[in-house]
Amino acid sequence: MTDTFLGMPAFPQAAAEAVRDGQLRANLRHATHTIRDKRARAVAELSDWAELRAAGKAIKDHTLRHLDRYLVQLEESVTAAGGTVHWAADAEEANRIVAGLVRATGETEVVKVKSMATQEIGLNEALAAEGITAYETDLAELIVQLGDDRPSHILVPAIHRNRAEIREIFAERMAAWGRPAPEGLTDTPAELAEAARLHLREKFLRAQVAISGANFMVAETGTLVVVESEGNGWMCLTLPRALISVVGIEKVVPTWRDLEVFLQLLPRSSTAERMNPYTSLWTGTTEGDGPSEFHLVLLDNGRTAALADQVGRQALRCIRCSACLNVCPVYERAGGHAYGSVYPGPIGAILTPQLRGTASPVDASLPYASSLCGACYEVCPVAIDIPEVLVHLRERVAEQGGHPAERAAIAAAGYVLDHPALLTAAERLAGRTRALHPRRLPGPGRAWTDTRDLPEVPAEPFRDWWRKNRP
Amino acid sequence: MNSRDLILGRIHAALGEPARPDEQPLPRAYATAHAPDDPAALLDLLHRNLADYRARVHRCTTTELPQRIAELLTARGTRTVAVPPGLPPGWLDAATAELLPDDGTLTAARLDRVDSVVTGCTLAIAETGTIVLDAGPGQGRRLLTLVPDHHVCVVRAPEQVVASVPLALPRLDPARPQTWISGPSATSDIELDRVEGVHGPRTLDVVLVTPA
Repeated sequence: MTDTFLGMPAFPQAAAEAVRDGQLRANLRHATHTIRDKRARAVAELSDWAELRAAGKAIKDHTLRHLDRYLVQLEESVTAAGGTVHWAADAEEANRIVAGLVRATGETEVVKVKSMATQEIGLNEALAAEGITAYETDLAELIVQLGDDRPSHILVPAIHRNRAEIREIFAERMAAWGRPAPEGLTDTPAELAEAARLHLREKFLRAQVAISGANFMVAETGTLVVVESEGNGWMCLTLPRALISVVGIEKVVPTWRDLEVFLQLLPRSSTAERMNPYTSLWTGTTEGDGPSEFHLVLLDNGRTAALADQVGRQALRCIRCSACLNVCPVYERAGGHAYGSVYPGPIGAILTPQLRGTASPVDASLPYASSLCGACYEVCPVAIDIPEVLVHLRERVAEQGGHPAERAAIAAAGYVLDHPALLTAAERLAGRTRALHPRRLPGPGRAWTDTRDLPEVPAEPFRDWWRKNRP
Repeated sequence: MNSRDLILGRIHAALGEPARPDEQPLPRAYATAHAPDDPAALLDLLHRNLADYRARVHRCTTTELPQRIAELLTARGTRTVAVPPGLPPGWLDAATAELLPDDGTLTAARLDRVDSVVTGCTLAIAETGTIVLDAGPGQGRRLLTLVPDHHVCVVRAPEQVVASVPLALPRLDPARPQTWISGPSATSDIELDRVEGVHGPRTLDVVLVTPA
């Protein structure tokens, strides 16, 4: 995985800065609470949610256990339907393949549907280095691109921006990328969406090449599925003459029928809708309708490393709904940028260190970016036990020795021990709040405390007792 | 080694050889549908769910249909209508707007200046408020329903209405390009306030037609 956010500080430092940003926290709190409440209502509508979730988990696990077989089958189906399949072992190779395909069309501009995989590999930057301009067409991605910013949420990449900030970005930056924002643009969402519509429509109408990801690929039929709301996906997938889809190898599902599970789980989990406004399904090329040239780039980029980890592998079940972000108390306060990856939140905390490894300080810190409260597991539509994987990855990081969290803890302890007044204060606070301390640990630590009590905090610090009682 | 062999080799190594554990049948204990198998109830449910996502829903009989379509076009101020091949004869008999039959030559740029498009559909899903187009007769190429700002879609009840996604998929042909539409184009990217109409048609009129 390309380190898109090169030079990012480790999570604790980045989070500490983010929580001091009051505007960011207010934007995030509003957005995550709105969507989590809506999601709960959308899920409650389906009496068989638990069974759908179990099926989603089982289908994905089964697919992963036979990933080689399904990828080969997918390749055959896509090829038979008139598409061309390319295999990319890493980000660099995927970027090289895509740049080559674009160059072969003779074009220097492409329109893009929002895609986590292409963000992960830093495709826009790689294309720019080849003299190819990539236009993001999802409204939130456009906000991020125009603002020279980074996405901070899987579903709503500009969740950290409020309407006033978006108006300013449009008014100042649209002209440099194409059609300028209308005069006197206000910050009502309807006017901002209209400005984006006009700005992007000229690009859709002239684009000859589009780049997408996919939510699902069906091995049996060679069908790709893109789920979206705005119609920018539909535009990109049907108007240009050539379509290039870059998709992680874990996105394959075995059969057409399997879509019945995921097309129920995904919309309700992500946007809290019964169904998202637009879903496009295409199988290779169709004479006289849509692109005449279709390329599928199958991306590994660390996924096989995750597959090799029997506990961590479950992260590959992820369907990128982002429900776990919206319920996470850590994400809500720290924001998506603190995770130093295109995959923020709880899923990012387990996916990123597996895709990239845990050598760098930011990647080693990610398994600690959690309170292990378990809310992410509760809402996950494919039942990824995120706390379990976090603890597993903490072990891996700890085995490396001298990992950042350990160093941070020691540094904090060292500071307190060097400042006796602080130590005294901390001890007294612990003594006064002892009635509130849990007898059992929350989350995965529960099993440990099933048969053990947590050590009790004494009523008063030893040094206080000594001062009172020594002769 | 090429990357295909490299990736497949990594997968073999990750999963371990030899044989992987025997498969249990996949658990599919979920419901086939959440709504009763009653045509009138399904039609009401489809109506409610389409309206909930801000499609404008109308109902009429087959004999009333041409008049109803004409009214929707007039109310919109439509002057030009794109017409997919295979649209049932008679649907546009009462329309006064100029008809532009698509013979495969209508470009996106031309469609950008067309006021409306009138189509049928392949089927509609009541539980989710979704209409499905598969580019078959009366529906046309995908760009036909995408570029004009106003889409009038006719659903023939009861035969085109299914209760659920699991009941829809077996009736659809994966070889055909499909667009599933649930309400007009929408975005929630600005403070999660839903705004209709970004890139797709901003107005979706769905006409539910029952036999006279």
